[in-house]
Amino acid sequence: MALQITESCVNCWACVDVCPNDAIYEDKPHFLVDESKCTECLGDHSVPQCAAICPIEMAIVDELGAFLNPPGSLTGIPIEKLKQFGLWKEAA
Amino acid sequence: MELPVISNSAPAEGGGCASSGCGTAPDALGHLPDHIRAKVQDHPCYSEEAHHYFARMHVAVAPACNIQCNYCNRKYDCSNESRPGVVSEVLTPKQAINKVLAVAAEIPQMTVLGIAGPGDPLANPARTFETFEQLSERAPDIKLCVSTNGLNLPQYVDRIAQHNIDHVTITINCVDPEVGAKIYPWIFWENKRIFGVEGARILIEQQQKGLQMLTDRGILVKVNSVLIPGINDEHLKEVSKIVKAKGAFLHNVMPLIAEPEHGTYFGIMEHPEPTPEMLQELQDACAGDMAMMRHCRQCRADAVGLLGEDRGDEFTMDKIDVMEVDYEAAMVRRKVVHDEIIEKLDAKRGIVKPKDEASGIPADARPVLMAVAGKNGVVAEHFGHAKEFLIYEASPAGARFMSHRKTELYCGGMDACGDGDVVDAGATESLLERNIRILEGCEVVLCSKIGYEPWGKLEAAGIVPNGEHAMEPIEEAVMAVYKEIAATGKLSPAVDSKKVA
Repeated sequence: MALQITESCVNCWACVDVCPNDAIYEDKPHFLVDESKCTECLGDHSVPQCAAICPIEMAIVDELGAFLNPPGSLTGIPIEKLKQFGLWKEAA
Repeated sequence: MELPVISNSAPAEGGGCASSGCGTAPDALGHLPDHIRAKVQDHPCYSEEAHHYFARMHVAVAPACNIQCNYCNRKYDCSNESRPGVVSEVLTPKQAINKVLAVAAEIPQMTVLGIAGPGDPLANPARTFETFEQLSERAPDIKLCVSTNGLNLPQYVDRIAQHNIDHVTITINCVDPEVGAKIYPWIFWENKRIFGVEGARILIEQQQKGLQMLTDRGILVKVNSVLIPGINDEHLKEVSKIVKAKGAFLHNVMPLIAEPEHGTYFGIMEHPEPTPEMLQELQDACAGDMAMMRHCRQCRADAVGLLGEDRGDEFTMDKIDVMEVDYEAAMVRRKVVHDEIIEKLDAKRGIVKPKDEASGIPADARPVLMAVAGKNGVVAEHFGHAKEFLIYEASPAGARFMSHRKTELYCGGMDACGDGDVVDAGATESLLERNIRILEGCEVVLCSKIGYEPWGKLEAAGIVPNGEHAMEPIEEAVMAVYKEIAATGKLSPAVDSKKVA
């Protein structure tokens, strides 16, 4: 089990600093998760730390491609506005 | 320790100023104990007087953030925009140090290095403190500052003190969690994302605690607040009182920037930005209790140079990599330049202004707002080329700097781009209309030159253009025009303010 970072990532480093497993590394065009190190924080924290600090919706997904922070969940911007500004996606 | 707060009276009470503005009047700084005055006299972001002579720079080593603000979009990398939270490239501490040394050698007036983002510096403690530590060793003549949202402040106050960082800016937009919930959707705290009122409550608690801890240690604190109409406009008066009581030294109320194309919550939800008049009214209302800063330019998190200018393009990493810097030699040059400027400022402070500048003006004459296309303390700019107007209030007590209003605001979406009164008609139209809207409340605009077309449109809008005081010191020019208006008898309070000659 491991989480992944999508192309929505803006390379802000927030997740790198809070990951208990040092599983996140800098890459181009964006940061990536080392799947062999990621434990989804099981045993360390009640919630995956990268997803708990990530400011960007849709940037972190689980193995099934489901968004840990779906559109609208962090900013409170209504779905219709997100669609209007091209900021909405169904799935990764 | 409670720091004495400098005096800064509301407009009705007048206020002194030197020849180049007085947002935080130099004579007001004079009331401070010497050791505090010495700390701010060459700090452009703390002293209105200093910002004409001394430059600052920010290094973007702090990309991570631990809260979300509704006026911020974390997609920070835009090279064209000038607003807080935006940078061209994030630097490693090593790159940042090379950049600081290169800039300091090239621009000896650069006295201040700040870390202000693009995230929260204290959410990037390793990168932030490594940068400060190395700089305090290698460039001891540079003042170090940090800006923070305050969430992690209490846990880092001791490290801030240890690195000799004696200027801290905390952004405090509210002291009521119910208000805070409308500004901060969430915070990251103790390994969890905490939404709403509870998140705002924790943030406010940490900000207030951190503020107190800093002032207890004698560290100068400036408080920044974003004025968000309908959310914290009235509330900021309370904020101002409380932060002053806790020993903050200066309060900087800045207008909300909320363009839809910036992708922020307030931008997308089309939240109104405050008008220049609203901002000024609030600053005046807070000024009774607190020293207000009026010369902030809301710069980028990687800005370089004097306030209001950005020389960042001259110092990109590829250019810095090939520069050879002998900092020991640079420090000698820098000291000479700094001493010269301080000497000049001291000399100016000693000059007693002639009291007759307001002679011939009735004591009950109403105050008049004037916009000035100025630079370096004189009426210097062509109307169509002015990137900002300095707003002065003329009254029988003298000329007083009130605020600056930008003409070329931020990036994106604006199709108006050009020289205002000379290029194609379409662009002229919208830029002119925009400028006229920006000058709302002003009765006169002073500039070095102005074209025929904008002249007519300004007059039609009730704003009298005046190009007769080119290259004169701003305060003298403003008072000369005020006297001319007084001579026409149009300054008695009953006269319609839009009909002055």
